Amino acid sequence: MMGRPITSLTSRAAPLLYANIDTDQIIPSREMRSTGKTGLAKGMFAGWRYLAGSDYAPDPAFVLNDPQFAGAEILLARENFGCGSSREHAVWALAEFGIRAIIAPSFAPIFENNCSRGGVLCVRLPAEVINQIAASDANVSIDLPDQSVSLPDGSRWTFTIDEEAKAMLIGGLDSIELTMQSADDIRRWHDTDKNERPWIYL
Amino acid sequence: MASTLFDKIWNRHAIKPLTGRNALVAIDRIFLHERTGAVALNSLSEAGRKPIDPARVFCVMDHIVDTRPGRGDATLMPDGQAFITETRSAATKAGINLFDVTDADQGITHVISPELGIVLPGSTLIAPDSHTCTQGAFGALAWGVGSSEAEHAMATGALRVKRPETMRVTFEGTLGEGASAKDMILALIAQYSASGGRGKVIEFNGPAVRALDMEARMTLCNMATEFSAMSAIIAPDEKTFGYLHGRRFAPKGALWDAAIESWHALHSDPDASFDEEITIDAGTVAPMISWGTSADAAIAINGAVPPSADAQMLDYMALESGQKLVGLPIDAAFIGSCTNSRLSDLRRAAKVLDGRKVAQGTKAVCVPGSSAVKRAAEAEGLHEIFAQAGFEWRESGCSMCFFAGGESFAEGSRVVSSTNRSFRNRQGHRVKTHIASPETVAASAIKGAIADHRELA
Repeated sequence: MMGRPITSLTSRAAPLLYANIDTDQIIPSREMRSTGKTGLAKGMFAGWRYLAGSDYAPDPAFVLNDPQFAGAEILLARENFGCGSSREHAVWALAEFGIRAIIAPSFAPIFENNCSRGGVLCVRLPAEVINQIAASDANVSIDLPDQSVSLPDGSRWTFTIDEEAKAMLIGGLDSIELTMQSADDIRRWHDTDKNERPWIYL
Repeated sequence: MASTLFDKIWNRHAIKPLTGRNALVAIDRIFLHERTGAVALNSLSEAGRKPIDPARVFCVMDHIVDTRPGRGDATLMPDGQAFITETRSAATKAGINLFDVTDADQGITHVISPELGIVLPGSTLIAPDSHTCTQGAFGALAWGVGSSEAEHAMATGALRVKRPETMRVTFEGTLGEGASAKDMILALIAQYSASGGRGKVIEFNGPAVRALDMEARMTLCNMATEFSAMSAIIAPDEKTFGYLHGRRFAPKGALWDAAIESWHALHSDPDASFDEEITIDAGTVAPMISWGTSADAAIAINGAVPPSADAQMLDYMALESGQKLVGLPIDAAFIGSCTNSRLSDLRRAAKVLDGRKVAQGTKAVCVPGSSAVKRAAEAEGLHEIFAQAGFEWRESGCSMCFFAGGESFAEGSRVVSSTNRSFRNRQGHRVKTHIASPETVAASAIKGAIADHRELA
């Protein structure tokens, strides 16, 4: 599923300042009710977002239910965001809900890769910068071509991102289509490989 | 130039370079399961595409399939049956290899792929499952991906991959008495944190790794994902070749001989360099247990919860800093999962359980990792030891390793589990999971409280 192209965005950044937020917190397994990729936004952070034992009654204590973060497109988090299960539903749920970027010191590798395929930008910034952003009480701007994050007070930080992931996100590209353009290279590689490693081919 | 084992496999499979550190990488094996497989197969079909080589794509029912005796397609998970029936229909239509619910070869992906000789040394294998790193124990580059990447690899035979950095973790010396591969990986994560692997490919080596049998090597590699690594890998040796010889999808005859010759080159050159090196004295590794909701919140079984423990974790786990875990009453014990459900795991647990009874009021469940493991265990009478001790003896699958809305442990209960994740609500609402080796789970089931299995020996 292609993501919505991302170039720049400005939004409040909702703080979820915990380490190791796993994909089962992002979309609990019990909320993955069909073999499709949609209808997942309601289940996003279901264990945190709704009152325990209720029928999806919002828990006012959860940050995304706080009116000041209504419509926030950016999340702030700590180390190793998106660890755990490889379920891409976590990214589909975030994107469907309207989250377009996550700023954290580090991300779990499978989740980060799923994000660049699904139109959610993972921005790596140090924990102290994230604290400063969380304390700013202001809109955060992210400029992906420029690889920078800034606040209205003029604070600005740059981040690194894999070139391939950046191109995918900016272009909203379908990675399968891109690889299909190399179909001849892949076919030639397999033709040679079948002679060199015949035991691989069944 | 000196190469690591990872470099050799990467370079062999790099079809062409892309931007930055990325390359188009050939994928030799794709493994799907019913939880995330149907979405990949349906999406492929909706785009009007077909698997480029269906013979190299495999699919099994393991994640939400029922594990109670006499099972069929019905699941305790609401709407779960559709995952099974839709996966079956999509897999059949795509013409890929399917190990269905009642198939003799059914089992957990990372148990049956080696059992059937699907993963091979020097190959690349992907699955939409984070514990795919387990299969790196065979000297393959095996890693977990999302459903879209599984679709991508099926459609094109390749993936666009950013070349990861490498790390070597060397376990020197000899593993301490009563400690196992599960304790080695928990000790590594506890010391270097749950994000310590930072997307790298980790090569496990050293005498204590060489000494492990293939099943233990799989346990070691299994939790590389809990270390936030891309994957783990162990250079193949005679144990690897001996394990794979004669397996259903492994090469036979002259092809086997040619493969073995090629596989002998699959090791890191003596002067190869890694981006990071860690050395651990295996003799210092004690039986481990997790106290918190992250794999790095783990301690030696006879230790105490650290003074620096996270307050939210302590609250969730109903523990206090400085508290000893041994003697803490438990409600349930679980043996199973892609981490510890193989024949050798069940044998070690059975040794602890033999002639003993599970404590009154403790729920105890054993789920063999595959239908073949279950048959082999029954052939040597292990099922009777488990049953006489008071364990439920199940059909194979992922079962209660995770809660998907169906079967789970009682709300708020405390469970000692041979699985890989102690996340909040992982095994049910407010369930407090302590992960440990199968022998620690067995000893704790007997005592009805967290126990050091060495004291029961």
